[in-house]
Amino acid sequence: MEEISLSSENKRNMGFKMRLWMLIVTVIILSVISLFIGAIDIKPSHLLNWESLETQIFLISRLPRLLAIILAGAGMGIAGLIMQSLSRNKFVSPTTAGTLDAAKLGIIISMIFFTGLSYIGQILFSFAFALIGTFIFMQLLERIKFKDAVFVPLIGIMYGNVIGALSTFLAYEANILQNVDAFFQGSFTLVVSGRYELLYVAVPAIIIAYIYANKFTVAGMGEDFAKNLGLSYRTVLNIGLIIVAIITTTVILTVGVIPFLGLIVPNLVSLYLGDNLRKTIPHTIFMGAAFLLFCDIISRLIVHPYEIPVNTTVAVIGSVIFLIMLFRGKAYAQK
Amino acid sequence: MRKNSTKLIILAVIAIICMLLFAFYNIQGGFSYAFPKRLERMFAMVITGTAIAFASIAFQTVTNNRLLTPSVMGIDSMYEIVQTIIYFALGSTSIFVVSRYLNFGVSIIAMVLFALILYRFLFRADKYPIFLLLLAGMVLGTLLGSLGTFMQVIIDPVEYESLQARLFASFMNVKTELLFLSAGILVLAFLYGSRILHKLDVMALGRDNAMNLGVDYDKMVLRILILSSILIAVSTALVGPITFLGLIVSNLAYQYFATYKHSVLIIGASLISIIALVGGQFLVLHVFNLTTTISVIINFIGGLYFIYLLLKESRKAA
Repeated sequence: MEEISLSSENKRNMGFKMRLWMLIVTVIILSVISLFIGAIDIKPSHLLNWESLETQIFLISRLPRLLAIILAGAGMGIAGLIMQSLSRNKFVSPTTAGTLDAAKLGIIISMIFFTGLSYIGQILFSFAFALIGTFIFMQLLERIKFKDAVFVPLIGIMYGNVIGALSTFLAYEANILQNVDAFFQGSFTLVVSGRYELLYVAVPAIIIAYIYANKFTVAGMGEDFAKNLGLSYRTVLNIGLIIVAIITTTVILTVGVIPFLGLIVPNLVSLYLGDNLRKTIPHTIFMGAAFLLFCDIISRLIVHPYEIPVNTTVAVIGSVIFLIMLFRGKAYAQK
Repeated sequence: MRKNSTKLIILAVIAIICMLLFAFYNIQGGFSYAFPKRLERMFAMVITGTAIAFASIAFQTVTNNRLLTPSVMGIDSMYEIVQTIIYFALGSTSIFVVSRYLNFGVSIIAMVLFALILYRFLFRADKYPIFLLLLAGMVLGTLLGSLGTFMQVIIDPVEYESLQARLFASFMNVKTELLFLSAGILVLAFLYGSRILHKLDVMALGRDNAMNLGVDYDKMVLRILILSSILIAVSTALVGPITFLGLIVSNLAYQYFATYKHSVLIIGASLISIIALVGGQFLVLHVFNLTTTISVIINFIGGLYFIYLLLKESRKAA
């Protein structure tokens, strides 16, 4: 009897492995497509000639762009996963907890009040705001008695809107509204070598997330439970929030605001894989990358040779998926 | 406890003071230039304020809740989408763009259709909890907004320029050419509205009770949805979307007047709305010397107030 259940368990694990491989293959295929579309037609044969213009474009523009998309997609997915795990709510993510808006506010304040600030300074500023903003929301969550699956993100979105209004106000007064809008218009068009390297910071953040995965899972079961298992709840919570803030900041500063990705990708993964982070992190990484690659390819093809800002495409597809999730009623059934 | 009529008079006096201040305070340069400009803006604010207040309260009565408004459900983003689609499909020289009346008519029809589909889908027999509807409304707003942007980017740049000029409306940039059209529609809507006020009172009792009392509930719901869509279309076309104004003024009116009489509620909410817009704009411009438009401030305060309302509502649900 035991053997049978064991073998079915094995079969299930095999199935998950298959899915992971399928995701990886999808990412590879999309990557190849992404490398070879664009205003200038590059064929693989061009690359054989090291000196050619095509190779230069490939190395300076296409490849960095691909790396940036993969890192941003994977990173935002992980950020959402950690937030959902820590808040025990499926619909909490950088989009629905004020993280994105807080990071934006940080950049705007640094633009207005600290004009001489270096790029590094801007990064740190934005990071600090993202961290504080998310932290305040998490604190707020602890105060709210009514932890409804839908209520929490609703408060989060409103909280983000209030921060957003503050940002608009400041930008308006300083007359930099247009700069700011252009700045956050998520786009990979400006990603060329020398302009995206900050995104590499997301790599160690993702690795740390993987190391801490089991602890996040335990922390997600509640403070008391975590403490019973000898886990320093506060420390794990803080590490989680710091990772989220690092990822969000690096993505915003290099490619702009990518909404909804952190919300839907972890949910799609957990639909078939459950909530064990060790298992879900690899899937989330590849699904996040595949999702963003897909959106970027659409953005580049639809008005070829021009481009649509990728965050617009992400917002359209992402909000439709989110609406479907809301009305499929899963969230309510599992409350 | 003061009587509601006294409260209304107090609000009216405050509203008039705000309007006088806005119209006459510290006029510099040529009076003959600045004064008509100010009047135009003020007129637009009064129209928008009243339209939004009316639409919100009527909508809340037929959907039987106090947290949803047409704007929160994304109906004002619909205006932008319709305009974009017209440009996208027919181009800027189309009769649907050139003729203001036709354009407005098409926009309103599309918005009403959208509102009806939304209504049929969302409010079937109390199936969905209010928080779900609110969240869905917000996401829908985002979706429509992004969809609009998406199409705008695809459009031919020249057409886009002309579309931007059409869409970019704010209190500083009132679409004066629409002012009289809007005023006319508003007067008609009000004439009709005043005739159904008492029916709204009955409908607040719920579908079954209202039908028992001889109100053709479903037909009235349809009419009121159409009415509120028209009003929102008027205000969005005139000054652009102001998401939270309806929510703030309707809830303030419920709190301040503590009555179910729609005649009092709607007039009260309209006055609050005028005070918020005209008074707010006056403070922003002349007292704080800011350049911000009032909508940013309304979104900030409205957001906070909305969180407060949500937390209050959640205590009931918990």
